[in-house]
Amino acid sequence: MSKDNQILEELTSSEYKYGFETLIENDSAPKGINEDIIRFISAKKEEPEWMLELRLKAYRHWITLEEPTWPNVHYPKINFQDIIYYSAPKPRKELQSLDEVDPELLETFKKLGISLEEQKRLSGVAVDAVIDSVSVKTTFKKTLGELGIIFCSFSEAVREHPDLIKKYLGSVVPMTDNYYATLNSAVFTDGSFCYIPKGVRCPMELSTYFRINASGTGQFERTLIVADEGSYVSYLEGCTAPQRDENQLHAAVVEIYTETNAEVKYSTVQNWYPGSKEGKGGIYNFVTKRGLCKGNNSKISWTQVETGSAITWKYPSCILKGDNSVGEFYSVAVTNNYQQADTGSKMIHLGKNTNSTIISKGISAGKSQNSYRGLVKIHKRAENARNFSQCDSLLMGDKCGAHTFPYIEIDNSSAKVEHEATTSKIGEDQIFYCNQRGIDTENAVALIVNGYAKEVLNKLPMEFAVEAQKLLALTLEGSVG
Amino acid sequence: MIDQLIDSFKKFELQLNGASKNSWHQIRKKAMESFSEKGLPKAKNEEYRYTQLGRILDKKFQFSDLSMVGRDSIHGENILFHDADAYHIYINNGIVDKEINSSLIANGLIILTLQEALGKYPKDIEAHLGNYSNKNNDAFAELNTIFSYEGVFIKVEKNANIDKPILLHYSGTDHLNQSIYQSRNLIIVESGAQVEIIESYSSFEKEEYFSNHVSEIVVEANAHFNYYKLQNQSNKTYHVDNTYIAQEKDSVVTSYIFTLEGKIIRNNLNFALEDQNCETHLFGLYVAHGDNHIDNHTVVNHKFANCFSNQIYKGILDDTAKAVFNGKIFVQPDAQKTNAFQSNKNILLTDTASMNSKPQLEIWADDVKCSHGCTTGQLDEEQLFYLRSRGISKSSARGMLLHAFVDDVLDKIKIDFLHDFVANEMNNRLD
Repeated sequence: MSKDNQILEELTSSEYKYGFETLIENDSAPKGINEDIIRFISAKKEEPEWMLELRLKAYRHWITLEEPTWPNVHYPKINFQDIIYYSAPKPRKELQSLDEVDPELLETFKKLGISLEEQKRLSGVAVDAVIDSVSVKTTFKKTLGELGIIFCSFSEAVREHPDLIKKYLGSVVPMTDNYYATLNSAVFTDGSFCYIPKGVRCPMELSTYFRINASGTGQFERTLIVADEGSYVSYLEGCTAPQRDENQLHAAVVEIYTETNAEVKYSTVQNWYPGSKEGKGGIYNFVTKRGLCKGNNSKISWTQVETGSAITWKYPSCILKGDNSVGEFYSVAVTNNYQQADTGSKMIHLGKNTNSTIISKGISAGKSQNSYRGLVKIHKRAENARNFSQCDSLLMGDKCGAHTFPYIEIDNSSAKVEHEATTSKIGEDQIFYCNQRGIDTENAVALIVNGYAKEVLNKLPMEFAVEAQKLLALTLEGSVG
Repeated sequence: MIDQLIDSFKKFELQLNGASKNSWHQIRKKAMESFSEKGLPKAKNEEYRYTQLGRILDKKFQFSDLSMVGRDSIHGENILFHDADAYHIYINNGIVDKEINSSLIANGLIILTLQEALGKYPKDIEAHLGNYSNKNNDAFAELNTIFSYEGVFIKVEKNANIDKPILLHYSGTDHLNQSIYQSRNLIIVESGAQVEIIESYSSFEKEEYFSNHVSEIVVEANAHFNYYKLQNQSNKTYHVDNTYIAQEKDSVVTSYIFTLEGKIIRNNLNFALEDQNCETHLFGLYVAHGDNHIDNHTVVNHKFANCFSNQIYKGILDDTAKAVFNGKIFVQPDAQKTNAFQSNKNILLTDTASMNSKPQLEIWADDVKCSHGCTTGQLDEEQLFYLRSRGISKSSARGMLLHAFVDDVLDKIKIDFLHDFVANEMNNRLD
């Protein structure tokens, strides 16, 4: 028992390792939100009139909405007038090579262990680096361009591909969807846009590195991925943020649209600042992620490793509209200290023979609360729909909590829906088994946790899996080695 | 509607004569305060999300007169199980029939109306009545607390082992056109005692009424309690049942709920495990057809260490029936070494039937084993094929599989006449 306590002690006292701040000159809007701020953002981004109209419409709708209180998380009320809605790093000219990137920025990436040049040279990953809302660097653009793949910052897409943006923006997550999605629609500063043309299989993993910088900046990202008929893309999103005392709001929107036979794989590693071990500070992560399997035989797969943020509130979802379409959700959510997570997935079956899988693994430690909340809805016309959900929780320490709130709504008799959930701590017999074979308790715990999360980690692309494992270990440092 | 209720409550107070000063009435007033703040559940109420009872009842029933209703004569021989070997109590329109009541004698068993108990066992009434239902803030339980006047008081004395089950016959007649009935029970099983209680709900006429029932049950240390509910009203009755069971150390409670007929039925079954080593079993079976709407909400609240709970609820839905299942398991920080299991399985026979299931685990202790499983689907094609390939007709193969599906709940019934009745009903329904 004393060993256990000691492990927990170490675990709860581990500090956030990626906490540092890059000193880049900012070009910020004044605090607060009103129509003028939205006009300011739109003007800064040199947006066309229709985009501004969309933003204003969203803002006018947003002020009629009330902040949702149903998630199983607790935090002081957010003052939306106390947030800076626009902040961009100064050098805004287009860059052709890494030499032109601010050296301090490169230093930041180096500290994160994912320097641009390394990625570029070794792994062949095109990185659209987003620092504080504006894309400053897009690599591999030319290679992708030859295949007709569009991968660029959102503002660039608005300028250069207005037709695509007009057609697809808001088609999956409508402007009026929910409180934070509407706010995002009004004030989003940048993000990524990705279009894969018909029949093209994207040869590399596309990746965006999100990074929150500059004190008091809310980050409102917008990502739109469109996969045309028969195409395939694997998209990576990952984030780390500097240590800070005041709470920062992050309300991103990710939309995925797949046509017939298309497949999109979206992987996330989220490691934003979780707050100090006393529960002070940390990121509020209120994200709307949704994919629409529009065409027949299309597939959307979400994989997420959530280790950061003071509060996580997100439900990557799939709307399975096309016949035979497939939706998948694999998640590992780790909470420690005073972190709170309310996450899960929604699978909405509309088409025939649609199939969905939800695998959610929650690990709670310290004084954290970890909730799974999910919806499986089988529509009346969704013949032969199939769902399998499994949500397991692992508890470490007696001050944390694990909760599951699955909603299962079935309106068709041919549906086969299964849901399983278990909650337990690491079995004493499992640890004993390892001890008996000469593995000390700490390594045994690491082994068991890794095995527990393996099912999800296996779904991550190579480059990410390594980092995800590192993050998992880091978050539970002291107990999982 | 709330104004109507306040008027109704004033009328009710006048009818009470001197009784408006006793402790029970203070509980009523408290419930009235809480109820008038929120009213019946609204459309967005999470607990009543799939069963919009508030709206339906508000439209259908008159809340202007919830005072006591007149007694109707009961035709004993028409009532199900009237000749069964048990202690019979008849409750019609929420009023306990005293004549039949007086024939009850058994060692260690006390059965009274709540009004009588108020005079004879004031301590028990004060300690328990409204104590469990008020904590939960359910609007229907509060409505019952406000307007219920009569009810059954059962006390099983220390170490008594009651030889026959106690059978509570609930029935409703619709003599006032769309009436609302409130009935209430307070059951105390003292330490070491053993008893079986059956609540059987039926209706004589196929007319609309709304019955709102509350049972508060205390099971003391080391007591054993089997609790059966058979809901077999007409397809026009609306029924809300709030049951609160508090278990003390080393007690064992098994609850069974069989729902066979009703327009809208909502069951809130709440278990609070108030000490260590409690054992709780929950079995449920609902077979819905026509436009039945059956909603089962259960809560098992583990507050102390070393308790065990197991839940199996199964449903078969036909025609345009709807069913809702919400099972909550709470494991509080002190409830280490808890084992809690839950399973909900449903079969949909038609595309117009629908099932909403929400199994919910909330756990604050680490050394626990908890799981829930939930499946919804149709009969397994391969199993059907297996039987048909052996020369069994499609309809009987289907019947066999459905029987097999319900059997593991049916088998748990320990009272023969009840088992036979439910099994027979299943035969009629499923073949």
